[in-house]
Amino acid sequence: MAIFLTKDSKVIVQGMTGATGMKHTKLMLADGTNVVGGVNPRKAGTSVDFDGTEVPVFGTVAEAIEKTGADVTVIFVPEKFTKSAVVEAIDAEIPLAVVITEGIAVHDSASFWAHAIAKGNKTRIIGPNCPGLITPGQSNVGIIPGDITQAGRIGLVSKSGTLTYQMMYELRDIGFSSAVGIGGDPIIGTTHIDCLKAFQDDPDTELIVMIGEIGGDAEERAAAFIKENVTKPVVGYVAGFTAPEGKTMGHAGAIVSGSSGTAQAKKEALEAAGVKVGKTPSETARLARAALAS
Amino acid sequence: MDLFEYQARDLFAKHGVPVLDGEVIDTPEAAREVTERLGGRAVVKAQVKVGGRGKAGGVKLAADPADAVVKADAILGMDIKGHTVHKVMLAQTADIAEEYYVSFLLDRTNRTFLAMASVEGGVEIEEVAVNNPEALAKIAVDANEGVTDAKAREIVEAAKFPAELHDQIANVLKTLWTVFIKEDALLVEVNPLIKSGDGKIIALDGKVSLDENAGFRQPEHEALEDKAAANPLEAAAKAKNLNYVKLDGEVGIIGNGAGLVMSTLDVVAYAGENHGGVKPANFLDIGGGASAEVMANGLEIILGDPDVKSVFVNVFGGITACDAVANGIVQALELLKNRGEDVTKPLVVRLDGNNAELGRKILSDANHPLVERVDTMDGAAERAAELAAK
Repeated sequence: MAIFLTKDSKVIVQGMTGATGMKHTKLMLADGTNVVGGVNPRKAGTSVDFDGTEVPVFGTVAEAIEKTGADVTVIFVPEKFTKSAVVEAIDAEIPLAVVITEGIAVHDSASFWAHAIAKGNKTRIIGPNCPGLITPGQSNVGIIPGDITQAGRIGLVSKSGTLTYQMMYELRDIGFSSAVGIGGDPIIGTTHIDCLKAFQDDPDTELIVMIGEIGGDAEERAAAFIKENVTKPVVGYVAGFTAPEGKTMGHAGAIVSGSSGTAQAKKEALEAAGVKVGKTPSETARLARAALAS
Repeated sequence: MDLFEYQARDLFAKHGVPVLDGEVIDTPEAAREVTERLGGRAVVKAQVKVGGRGKAGGVKLAADPADAVVKADAILGMDIKGHTVHKVMLAQTADIAEEYYVSFLLDRTNRTFLAMASVEGGVEIEEVAVNNPEALAKIAVDANEGVTDAKAREIVEAAKFPAELHDQIANVLKTLWTVFIKEDALLVEVNPLIKSGDGKIIALDGKVSLDENAGFRQPEHEALEDKAAANPLEAAAKAKNLNYVKLDGEVGIIGNGAGLVMSTLDVVAYAGENHGGVKPANFLDIGGGASAEVMANGLEIILGDPDVKSVFVNVFGGITACDAVANGIVQALELLKNRGEDVTKPLVVRLDGNNAELGRKILSDANHPLVERVDTMDGAAERAAELAAK
């Protein structure tokens, strides 16, 4: 089963013909992802050869969907053009748009999010500034290294890319149903809560690992959701206990302002909801193992 | 990026928000001429990016040009909550009848923009929000629809501004929204927004925070950066496109990925509890790729920090596998040597992920006298803290 992404997902790549798009399309194909097309209005009608796999290039997302039946798009276009790429995906009503691009202006994210809502929320957006998602052994959309883990029974949702990889690697013997990197920007499409809900409903997932970081109140809201709606065991980790107030820690959204957004507050909220929270990534992995063994 | 009041005032004026005449200066003597130009009297206001400057004595009324020099002299150089005053703004005096509050900001929780307005301005709005929440109107603003006439009216009505001021304040809201949109702001706040004795609405003090990610379409914003206040190491890192934040500890940190580096800071701080309380000296994310050149640039910044006693390089090999990262570290040390940098501080390196074994072997074979390999994140943090405490 897995969440959001399976072996049947047909994936198109907006920005496939750029350097980053080329590199990661090749890797996605190597991981078994069914990449059915790229989108670039200036190269429509051509195709790109990836080690023997010919991937056609279409002029628009709508055309790509019409010709291939694509139901997932992954966006690698530069930050200046990301808003229009996401708006195009929303207008084409593709069910899932994964926005990898980092450094997007908040007004652009706010604008495409408002557009998605106005259009009836038919497109699930993951990101921006995220590593994408993987259902190991089936499909990999984005930049998560596909060979550090295997299919299994843990569901993972994380604001951070490398912490996602770290956790997938530490628990690689158990493996993952799906792992979703939701991104660390102030405005993101798919939230911790969306993923928790999907993992709760996914029969392949037995345990959920949730990774948060400083900034905003997404973890606190996730904790409230877990208390009411999640019956599967959840193990958590929060990065940024030692981050000082007012300094942005890498991700545009990772900032403690005043008393809000601290790691301590997030940890306490999660623990109050019955989530076991690790002090370090390795302790979190140990807690996950213990929870699965019990 | 938070702006100074005078910079906020300039942006307000540029987009038609009503403000008082004023000018920023950095020497007391300059106050005389400016005060004369402003009509002989002026308010002298410390320019610091922190609240509560009035209570701290950073805002004074000058009765005449000579007095303005005295007041400017007193305020320049003042320390307000750890911020030194390098500039003061001289502004026209105002006849204040009422003080209000208006702002636009990003509402992360609801993934939209938000207008806030209150007839109780002039005090910290956080206090109003806590003590008298009904007095603070909060109205969502759709990013694509913006502040239309109807939306502006909705805000002024929700905030219960006096009826005779509705049109004037609605106009101010629309111009302030223009600032918010055109300047890619994350916050525009006017506090107080005053009604003067003769019934005019004026933005008396303002706060603006700009989105640094919008730099590609806001070329003028770079000039608004307060380069003098930036830590020299942070400035050097920025010049090399490195994502670096100076902290106050002794263990230099390099890692790939914002979350992993944040986590590394925490793990080092925990380890430091057993080693004389040593702490992380910085945040430095060299990104997913972790090339030799970027690694060398990062190491150069960190080794140039006199507070650093040991360095912890924490890399998870993903798409860029550990053998490439290990080669990067070895080459980085060579590069630094060629640049004439004397590497004298111990480096603890933890490599994990793709091709970890190969990467570790490369480091072992290089056998650099200052490089120590520890294969777990917790163990490496412990060792780096121990070395820093020596």
